[in-house]
Amino acid sequence: MKITVTVNGKTREGDVEARTLLVQWVRESLGLTGTNIGCDTSSCGACTVHVDGESVKSCTMLAVQADGCSVTTIEGLANGDTLHPMQQAFMDNHGLQCGYCTPGMVMAAISLLQENPSPTEEDVRIGLEGNLCRCTGYHNIVKSVLAAAGK
Amino acid sequence: MGGSILGNRVLRKEDPKFLTVGGTYVDDLLDEPLLDGALHVTYVRSTVAHGVINSIDTSDALAMPGVRAVFTGADFGLEPVPSNFNPMVTRTLLAMDKVRYVGEPIAAIVSETREQGEDAAETVIVDYDILEAVVDMEAAMATSTLIYDSAPNNVVFDTLVLGMPDNTGEAFLAGCEVVARGKFLNQRVAPCPLEVRGAAVAWAADGRLHQWLSTQHAQGAHGPIAAMNGVDQAQVRVRTPDVGGGFGAKIGIYPEELLLGPISKRVGTPLRWRETRSESMMALGHGRAQVQHVAIGGKRDGTVTHYQLWAIQDSGAWVDMGAILAPFMTRPMASGVYAIPNIECRTTSVVTNTTPIVAYRGAGRPEATAAIERAMDLFAREIGMDPAEVRRKNLIPKFMEPHTTAVGQTYDVGDYETALDKTLTTADYAGWRAKQAERRARGDARQLGIGVSVYVEITGGVGSGEEAEVEVLPNGKAVVYTGTSPHGQGHVTAWAMLASEQTGIPIADIDLVWGDTDLTPVGSGTMGSRSLQQGGNAVFVVAGQLVEKAKSVAARLLEANENDIVLDKDAGAFHVAGTPALSKTWADIASAEGGISAKDNIAVPGPTFPFGAHVAVVEVDTETGKVRHIAHVACDDAGTVLNPMLLEGQIHGGVAQGAAQALLEEVRYDSDGNPITSNLADYAFISAAELPSVTVVHMETPTPRNSIGAKGIGESGTIGSTPALQSAVVDAVSHLGVSHIDMPTTPEKVWAAIQSAR
Repeated sequence: MKITVTVNGKTREGDVEARTLLVQWVRESLGLTGTNIGCDTSSCGACTVHVDGESVKSCTMLAVQADGCSVTTIEGLANGDTLHPMQQAFMDNHGLQCGYCTPGMVMAAISLLQENPSPTEEDVRIGLEGNLCRCTGYHNIVKSVLAAAGK
Repeated sequence: MGGSILGNRVLRKEDPKFLTVGGTYVDDLLDEPLLDGALHVTYVRSTVAHGVINSIDTSDALAMPGVRAVFTGADFGLEPVPSNFNPMVTRTLLAMDKVRYVGEPIAAIVSETREQGEDAAETVIVDYDILEAVVDMEAAMATSTLIYDSAPNNVVFDTLVLGMPDNTGEAFLAGCEVVARGKFLNQRVAPCPLEVRGAAVAWAADGRLHQWLSTQHAQGAHGPIAAMNGVDQAQVRVRTPDVGGGFGAKIGIYPEELLLGPISKRVGTPLRWRETRSESMMALGHGRAQVQHVAIGGKRDGTVTHYQLWAIQDSGAWVDMGAILAPFMTRPMASGVYAIPNIECRTTSVVTNTTPIVAYRGAGRPEATAAIERAMDLFAREIGMDPAEVRRKNLIPKFMEPHTTAVGQTYDVGDYETALDKTLTTADYAGWRAKQAERRARGDARQLGIGVSVYVEITGGVGSGEEAEVEVLPNGKAVVYTGTSPHGQGHVTAWAMLASEQTGIPIADIDLVWGDTDLTPVGSGTMGSRSLQQGGNAVFVVAGQLVEKAKSVAARLLEANENDIVLDKDAGAFHVAGTPALSKTWADIASAEGGISAKDNIAVPGPTFPFGAHVAVVEVDTETGKVRHIAHVACDDAGTVLNPMLLEGQIHGGVAQGAAQALLEEVRYDSDGNPITSNLADYAFISAAELPSVTVVHMETPTPRNSIGAKGIGESGTIGSTPALQSAVVDAVSHLGVSHIDMPTTPEKVWAAIQSAR
């Protein structure tokens, strides 16, 4: 099936199987491998991207459902060498270790602040419940998001 | 620059890549020319826990769309291979005559797409004669069903066989005024790195095999891969792309990874393999899984004089590293931080029809710590003394010379009481006790629990040193080659700090190479919290050697005496002492030499023994059993700190994994050996919502065993937090008559414990 999707500001066209997940198309056809796959039950959030500005686990959406939509992945956040404030906050606060959950976590965190620009620590913890990390114990992820909210 | 970079909160050099385009994990190698045209491998896995294979019918699978080949063990003529840890026990890399756990690989499908492989795997028909599944590790020793004929009673390792003394039962405790006993389950958990296992292989035109592996130890995989393919090691290049976490489970090489070379040779194309999470939950090794029979005895005044432990270690369905953790990691640490004059510890490892047990963050030491810490709590309860005070009374006094415990383990340095005091003070232990008393007096539904642990562990127990090479290029930039293998720990930054400290070259100009058997053929990888004290130490020492080497070049270039040459680290240049105007930069020296480097294998005299104390506070809803972890204070003394930001990150992650085991996570099987937690929807992987922020208390007692003074920090947080959390949950309901709740302390178990105590 033919699809046309705006990905990180560029128009991309694809010809996908009906069963192709958005995450597969983004990774395998577009080569945007920043978005990771960490599970097969939509539990981990490693594949979180933005679709029309809202965070979506891209393993829960078919590529064909993104037809006509605007998708932003981790690769679309920075402006040249200038990191997005959330990326910078993760850098400054050691909000990542192995990096595998990081792209999804950053995308989810940006979405969280769009919905709630001044969250409490508890708001951040509950808001990121759907994004799993095995390395950081979430401590510095929470700190990063709170730091980004303070900017 | 001015002053040392060591000890500073230096941000990570590796982060911009991870944050902008993501890491390059093995599944991201889309542009690797050697992998052009790669097909996908999918393994067909056993759906029964224990059974004889009568036949494997792959004909339907071969006819499925996109399928290029299907292989069974017979197609490769696989022979049984012995376990590295008990050579009497053998298996074939693909099950041929028998399956021993759900998830064991049986056949390999090669297909054009991964999805086609998954579809085809479902069409392979395996006919089994089902055997009794042996799931419980104690039942395994009693049943007549043998998982391996060569392992009587399903026992595959026992300290008695090593010649260590047996426990003497009741007689051991005969003289004690007070005795407390317990049987504790240190439950099976899943390591769950966010990146599952993956690999890729290609036979190059020159006949060399290239294998990319998501691993903690490429050099460890090198030999086995070469042997598997019947080629010399020089004909194999193993490379480690970015690795999305390991936690011990990616130390060893697995059958699925070893088989890729031979399959690729057979089909004549490069291959990619990545398991699904559901496969990973069944086939990546699990951790912990011990039953502990504990008895502790002593005097009414709180002095512990006797401690007896029999640890039964579940090895799962293979004799992997898990089988030896109890004898070689749990047993040596049986005494913990306490001066107990009489200790008996036997360990027995058994096979069961479950996923094999491997190392998992702490690997044997969390089990030792949980056993002694839970025993101390039981003892404190028996004599009516505060658990923190019972601990204090029995701590080994501060020692700066090696100390040997009754079980025969020698520790390097320790100051346990200071760690306990700092932690209790920071946590406001007395304040929490007062709040707890108020809630108890009011009879609140939500009760507070406070748990204390004091621990010591072994780090750097693997390897006796490490190799490092530091090279300065003609442009003045440096490349460090290390035998360690980061997968989140931040070596790119940390090793650059160490090299910069010696050379004065800015960390921005220092790159790191690791995990490539062509470029770093010697190395013991990253495991057992060994990296900084062995690998980092080697970088530090070798960078110092390079400076000395560069001085002799500078002397020649400056026509001066080598002994008069000094390195101005701020300028990154060498000059004759007193005449800085005439100097030679690193670029000058490297240019003159066409590059300059130093390489050495730096030995260390032995492992180190980090220690600390944790206080956990929980709130338990006594009506539902629900536990909330509301505060956590961790003091983890890892010796000299290289980068406090990285250290804290390791502690935070360790605490979360400890809390996960204490409160939530457990790999479970039904009585037929079917896994019932085999994906992340069913397995209670801890999330941000279930944790508090962690208060880290700094304490540095340097070890004399390396030039940095550093001990390991990767596992300490897990070792200290797990018993503190478990203890806190029990403490919250102890006034209701509860003396023990096994981990994980789920609402169901907490509620049931309250009900049965009433």
